Amino acid sequence: MTAIPEKLALYWQYPFVRYALAVGVLISLCSSLLGVTLVLKRFSFIGDGLSHVAFGAMAIASVLHVTNDMPLVLLITILCAIALLCTGQNAKIKGDAAVAMISVGALAIGYLLMNLFTPSGNLSGDVCSTLFGSTSILTLKKEEVWLCTVLSVIVVAAFVFFYHKVFAVTFDESFAAATGVRTKAYNLIIAVIIAVIIVLAMNLVGSLLISALVIFPALSAMRVFKSFRSVTVCSAVLSIFCSLLGILISILAGTPVGSTIVAADIVMFFVFSALGTCFGGVHV
Amino acid sequence: MALITCRDLCLGYDGREILHDLSFEVNSGEYLCIVGENGSGKSTLMRTILGLQRPLAGQILTGDGLRINEIGYLPQQTPVQKDFPASVWEVVLSGLEGSCGWRPFYTKAEKQRAEENIRAMGIEDLTGRCYRELSGGQQQRVLLARALCATTKLLFLDEPVSGLDPKVTAEMYELIERLNREQGITVIMISHDIGAALRYASHVLHIGDHVFYGTNAAYRESGIGTVFTKGGEAQ
Repeated sequence: MTAIPEKLALYWQYPFVRYALAVGVLISLCSSLLGVTLVLKRFSFIGDGLSHVAFGAMAIASVLHVTNDMPLVLLITILCAIALLCTGQNAKIKGDAAVAMISVGALAIGYLLMNLFTPSGNLSGDVCSTLFGSTSILTLKKEEVWLCTVLSVIVVAAFVFFYHKVFAVTFDESFAAATGVRTKAYNLIIAVIIAVIIVLAMNLVGSLLISALVIFPALSAMRVFKSFRSVTVCSAVLSIFCSLLGILISILAGTPVGSTIVAADIVMFFVFSALGTCFGGVHV
Repeated sequence: MALITCRDLCLGYDGREILHDLSFEVNSGEYLCIVGENGSGKSTLMRTILGLQRPLAGQILTGDGLRINEIGYLPQQTPVQKDFPASVWEVVLSGLEGSCGWRPFYTKAEKQRAEENIRAMGIEDLTGRCYRELSGGQQQRVLLARALCATTKLLFLDEPVSGLDPKVTAEMYELIERLNREQGITVIMISHDIGAALRYASHVLHIGDHVFYGTNAAYRESGIGTVFTKGGEAQ
């Protein structure tokens, strides 16, 4: 078994492995932060929905032959996030239905556009790697790593800055609004942060598996911990741990990165569920 | 001037009018009970006064230096809160968020105020506990402590005893009455419980087919008062 450290040391010399680990840690940290809020707001599937929107936006970008598709994808995803999260409870189409509608719609339109105006011959390969992110994290360029770092720092800073406000708005929006908290502004900020996280995370696990990255750490942490702060910290740590583990395993065993990370998340969810029933069941 | 004055209010949603030409005022130190059947517009009235929705017509004026976001509010429980991981301390502290503005963290003075309100509600020993694991009565005390963090003048209570057993209900009413009498906090309470309304309230607002606003004594004498009271006492 001495082969494993040697193999890791060998891979560590390649910049793409270091880039992948760095980006993996950053993205998993960002995506776990708002997971608790999303699960509690009954928006667990927004990661899935918005990532399909981002997929649709990428398709539009490739049809228009835009070389750098990041700004366009980010803009469209942010607009959709705002439309979903800021309509609130008075919307004619409720949260889960609206998410499902946008998600399926964007996926279909994106695939349709790519099929009609496809720029490359290998369509199913393109679609597959966009959806599952099978290779893109291992082909990151230095500039992309920097962009990802800057955005992650902004996301984490914004979350720390708005931490108490996010709590107030999530726990009881009516009370917050009635006592003078700018709930609309904070919902808008939450929506923008989520959109940025999802566009970032598409690089790592692809659009289909983003939901897992957003909700699994939060759900696992909620099995064991009882306060908002401990749940948030635990889900961040857990998410980073699972990503590192997933990336290392996938390098050693040659499995797809995204699915390996999610598999690690699933295992940890069951571990935490077991812990929760053993220790948490006492004073429930 | 009164704390809150409502003039010729018309209320409703989606263009449908539920209440029209409603006028009443709440003065400092009063205890107003809002009673009426289900669907008569009690909750709509409350949401309108709290600024969560706009009146179709009419005015809501505040006086005595009360700003509209200085109303402490005890809402009914939402489904989200049933599985929300939050400690009692975090919930009570969030009552101060409205006074923070864009400031990201709470000051020492604000934390002290939260501690005082926790003591006033007699829930010091629950501070570190998880909110969703408390009993109904304990949860209401936590939410009352949070509401007190948001106000020193006016409390708005939306059916504060629904789902509580008789003993805890009585304790809750005592607690609210003490806040009204000893700390001079004005109370507006929505209630189904006419008996309690007549025992504690100084004024009654009855909405529905017949609208009545006046003192407790006048309500007992008025026609709708007696009909509704008998119904209430018979239950």
